[in-house]
Amino acid sequence: MTIGPLLCGTCGRSEGRVSISGLSGRSQQRSRNTSGLDSSFNCRGPWSKAGNLCQTRRVFGVLIRIDSVTKRYPDGTVAVDRLSLEIPDRSITVLVGPSGCGKTTTLRMINRMVEPSEGAILLDGVDIRQQPVNTLRRSMGYVIQNAGLFQHRTILDNIATVPRLLGWSKEKSRARARELMERVGLDGALAKRYPYQLSGGQQQRVGVARALAADPPVLLMDEPFSAVDPVVRKGLQDELLRIQDELGKTIVFVTHDIDEAVKLGTMVAVMRTGGHLAQFAPPAELLSHPADEFVEDFLGADRGIRRLSFFPSAGLELLTEPIVAIDATAERIAAAGSGDVPYLLVTDPDGKPLGWSEPGDLTAGEIETDRLLPYGRPFVPGTDSLRAALDCAVLSPTGWAVAVDTEGRAAGVVSQVTIGEAIRGAHAERSADGTATAQKVAP
Amino acid sequence: MNELFDMPSYLEHSYFGLVGLHLREALLPVLAGLLVALPVAQLCVRFRWLYPPVMWVTTVLYAIPSLAFFVILIDYTGLSELTVMIPLAVYSLVVLVPAIVDGVRSVPQETLAAATAMGLGPVRRYLQVQLPIAAPAILAGLRVASVSSISLVSVGMLIGNEGALGNMLDAGLKYDQPRLVWLSVLGTAVLAILVDALLIVLRVLLTPWMPRGTRKGSRTLVAKEAAR
Repeated sequence: MTIGPLLCGTCGRSEGRVSISGLSGRSQQRSRNTSGLDSSFNCRGPWSKAGNLCQTRRVFGVLIRIDSVTKRYPDGTVAVDRLSLEIPDRSITVLVGPSGCGKTTTLRMINRMVEPSEGAILLDGVDIRQQPVNTLRRSMGYVIQNAGLFQHRTILDNIATVPRLLGWSKEKSRARARELMERVGLDGALAKRYPYQLSGGQQQRVGVARALAADPPVLLMDEPFSAVDPVVRKGLQDELLRIQDELGKTIVFVTHDIDEAVKLGTMVAVMRTGGHLAQFAPPAELLSHPADEFVEDFLGADRGIRRLSFFPSAGLELLTEPIVAIDATAERIAAAGSGDVPYLLVTDPDGKPLGWSEPGDLTAGEIETDRLLPYGRPFVPGTDSLRAALDCAVLSPTGWAVAVDTEGRAAGVVSQVTIGEAIRGAHAERSADGTATAQKVAP
Repeated sequence: MNELFDMPSYLEHSYFGLVGLHLREALLPVLAGLLVALPVAQLCVRFRWLYPPVMWVTTVLYAIPSLAFFVILIDYTGLSELTVMIPLAVYSLVVLVPAIVDGVRSVPQETLAAATAMGLGPVRRYLQVQLPIAAPAILAGLRVASVSSISLVSVGMLIGNEGALGNMLDAGLKYDQPRLVWLSVLGTAVLAILVDALLIVLRVLLTPWMPRGTRKGSRTLVAKEAAR
């Protein structure tokens, strides 16, 4: 399947080495959704020619233009200082930065909950001050930390708020609300409940549904997932990406969590204290080329590892020889152990991994599963990144990572050394596309 | 039975007539107090600096003895129900204003921000978000104000025949009729308890969105679910 060239309209390069199966699950989904929607996107950044990244970087045009905006409070504090930003259409733009960097103020200026002292904000080329403030706000969904639900209204009525304000009939609003509950993954039985009867994660889903109720083109999200626990947060983030694939909204997302920014953002704006823009770039570029020391610090010490999330693990050379089933014959075990692999992976009769063992410890017919070494968390080559593969190898006591297919059957094993080579290879490939840093990473 | 509730003619009312008068004289002032307190409290929420002086004024007003109020008011409103009800309305403010202010302030910032962001103007925000969420606090204030008002009406007997059950108590003491004393005291207590219970029921009906007693509430929910 070679849809790479089809998607990379302006890249003009058909990248044979990166097949569609090598893309991360997320970019696969995205490209499926948007292929054929619009070919006028362009790709930016040094990696734009690398097929898979290009597909996640589609930009359809600029919807919101923040033009040299300053917010100065009466006491002299400057929250945002001459900020200019072009927020691309139908993609997630993340504003990220430490507290006091003006990210929330910037977000609130877009729906005029804060009025800029200087500068202008254009929506689709028109100054946002051209229309009545409440009309503007009703055309933008808003999701806030802790959801901010109306505790005195049922879930259904919460979601129906903006449709009702827009004058829709009660039946139509409620029907729409039910539709949205399904869209954000809420059980319809919750419709008549009140917010206090829902968990934090469910409340936040209601918050997202409420923001989407009148189908606004723009969605503003102010640290929406920072008050829920990490597991729920991950679920909500995945859900947001899924919804975005279906709906293609222009989302402006504020967070202080750089991991969240890298995970969700099509573009990421890193802001520094005092309301200055430090860098505005796609996440992969941010991780590979931080603009300055501040951005580098903010990204944290492990940005190299995190950047591996953008490299597919599909190209890894998997060894199948050291895999033996628990009911294997003595000859099979001997044959598997004769290679230069120090450990064998034992699987159940179905092919699902059970654990590692040294070849000498295995006797045909008498393999005890509780004496096997744990194999850690396996990775799926088609959908997981090199980061996941490396993580598996590091977690495994043998230093070897186990690859499984989507059904969980062992597909092969790969060593840290092989993964290391793949990482160097990926770096070299990316860098060969125009920057001189190639030789630095590939010794 | 009828003899038990027979009233001497100088009280000018039957027993239940007195009870009705008592209720009217107690609750109309609370209603008037509520109508004054709502805008005053909203001003106090809007302008924070206004709250301490407003509380100071209502507290001082509460400290004025009702007799002093009557003396001043008689010149204007005479020996009427109104003379009894005006001080009671003023007294209710000391409970109602802080109750409403606390209630409106208890609306979470996120909820208000969300309401603003969804395009609710100030009036809608007040009527559709702040007031309903403040309702439990306001009703709690109304309970205190109503019960205290019911007990205070009795002082109306100081200006003649305007004390309702208070006049009955006075008559009972003066003419040594324990029956009247008991009827008055018990009647006042029962009225207070009934009005209080009514307000509790009202709160439960108005606020189905409030978390009820933890385990009982969840059990009811489970039971409902099972019934479905």
